[in-house]
Amino acid sequence: MSSPDDIISRRLFLAGAGSAGLSMVAPLPPVLAEEAIDLGLPGGVGQRRLTSAFPGKTGMILQRTRPPLLETPMQVFDKEIITPNDRAYVRWHWADIPLDIDADAFRLAIRGQVNSPLRLTLSDLLRMPSLDYVAVNQCSGNSRGFVEPRVPGAQWANGSMSNSRWTGVPLRHILDRAGLRRGALFVRFAGLDEPLMPDAPDFRKSLSVDHARDGEVMVAYAMNGEQLPLLNGFPLRLVVPGWYATYWVKMLSDIEVLDRPDENYWTTKAYLVPDNPAATMTPGETVTMVPIGAMVPRAFITNMTGDRTLPAHTPLTLRGIALGGDCGVSKVEVSTDAGASWRLAHLGSDLGRYSFRRWQSAITLPPGRAAVMVRCTNERGLSQPLTANWNPSGFMRNSVETLHLIVA
Amino acid sequence: MPPKPAVIWMSVIVALGLAVQSAAAAAPPLSDFTSVSVELPEADRLFPDGPGAEAMNANCLACHSAGMVLSQPPLPQAAWLAIIRKMQSAYKAPVDETDVELILNYLVQLKGSD
Repeated sequence: MSSPDDIISRRLFLAGAGSAGLSMVAPLPPVLAEEAIDLGLPGGVGQRRLTSAFPGKTGMILQRTRPPLLETPMQVFDKEIITPNDRAYVRWHWADIPLDIDADAFRLAIRGQVNSPLRLTLSDLLRMPSLDYVAVNQCSGNSRGFVEPRVPGAQWANGSMSNSRWTGVPLRHILDRAGLRRGALFVRFAGLDEPLMPDAPDFRKSLSVDHARDGEVMVAYAMNGEQLPLLNGFPLRLVVPGWYATYWVKMLSDIEVLDRPDENYWTTKAYLVPDNPAATMTPGETVTMVPIGAMVPRAFITNMTGDRTLPAHTPLTLRGIALGGDCGVSKVEVSTDAGASWRLAHLGSDLGRYSFRRWQSAITLPPGRAAVMVRCTNERGLSQPLTANWNPSGFMRNSVETLHLIVA
Repeated sequence: MPPKPAVIWMSVIVALGLAVQSAAAAAPPLSDFTSVSVELPEADRLFPDGPGAEAMNANCLACHSAGMVLSQPPLPQAAWLAIIRKMQSAYKAPVDETDVELILNYLVQLKGSD
């Protein structure tokens, strides 16, 4: 019996095949009909269960029950360019997460180096000017499970990311209403979640005042037009478009303006990457580490997985998603000869520079083994490396994805 | 300070070209929030039996479920020791030194790579 997923993916696949008489590749197996999934991580330990046991979440890859780490299956990205709220990935640091939130009693504090400290209600925020855009939220450690040599941490495949339409108040408006004092340098954000050990560092992240006031960073109260699912940060979440999700503080309740650099653990000791554009080093090497920041371009194939047998000499549709990072997608290229030659893929509609972009390409393969690659170049001219980066936290991975296919 | 009219703010935002709007129609504006009360699934799995399992269960499960450890790849002993030290120093897990050795041996047995 077909599950709804099965029907949807088959229908979309037919739609994606277009009118060029392309033949169909069997759709990926329906994710909801399966109890388990193998993420195909190098060296194994890639078996995960799929779960619908978490509030507001359906068919998620269970990476950790407590605090929740829930990954979005790749099939979700194949179906819709905007990730449905119930399929958006989940990542928490501390297990003390408030599970009962009174919308009327909630307050967002703005304090520190400001002329007028504020305590805003959700209604206050709804009455303020609003901003609305689509942006990818991607974990710093997305794809960590593919990093070799393997590194500890959440062993994500490629699905600790999601693409949503965010609505909220420009942070600049809130800061200007509070009035920054002269000497304000950084803005620090904290949420309602708490560490279990009283002396452990509460999760806080900071942005420079200029970044915080760029007019794009927002305090979001809606995700795809609805209030945020609790596990994605109800009632408020900081959205820092183009930057990794570690800055997108969930259950945002406290905005503190500092007249000095932020010395807290999560800024100075965690979420650090080697100080070079690829965020790379050799294991054991001593390098300068800096806080992670802007995202880098990536492209993914969403309608095929490796180790599948495909028909030879037959036009096939290869399809997927790309993101530019902190700017738009300029082009997506496909290679069917392990990177020896590249062809431009067709790009789908542009939902804004921080959104995923759909891409599609018709490919025809000779019999044998094929290494199919896809590569995104962003509007700054930055492209994806063929060689994967390495750092001890498995951050900022964006090397070209290769799909190994058998063609007969 | 009295709030400025929203229309002025919107014109400022638009004039500076800051909105990252897409061609797709915006969702209808949210007009109200509903209070939320949810439960999360229990994390009741214990570590597999073996020497040190008790120390693992006693020290590790307060802050995270067993799945975090069980989903890790094989790692060298030095890496596991560094993780234990990080749990103690950065995340303030109160692990007795007598337990450190038990935990390290357990992890190497379960998830060692050399």
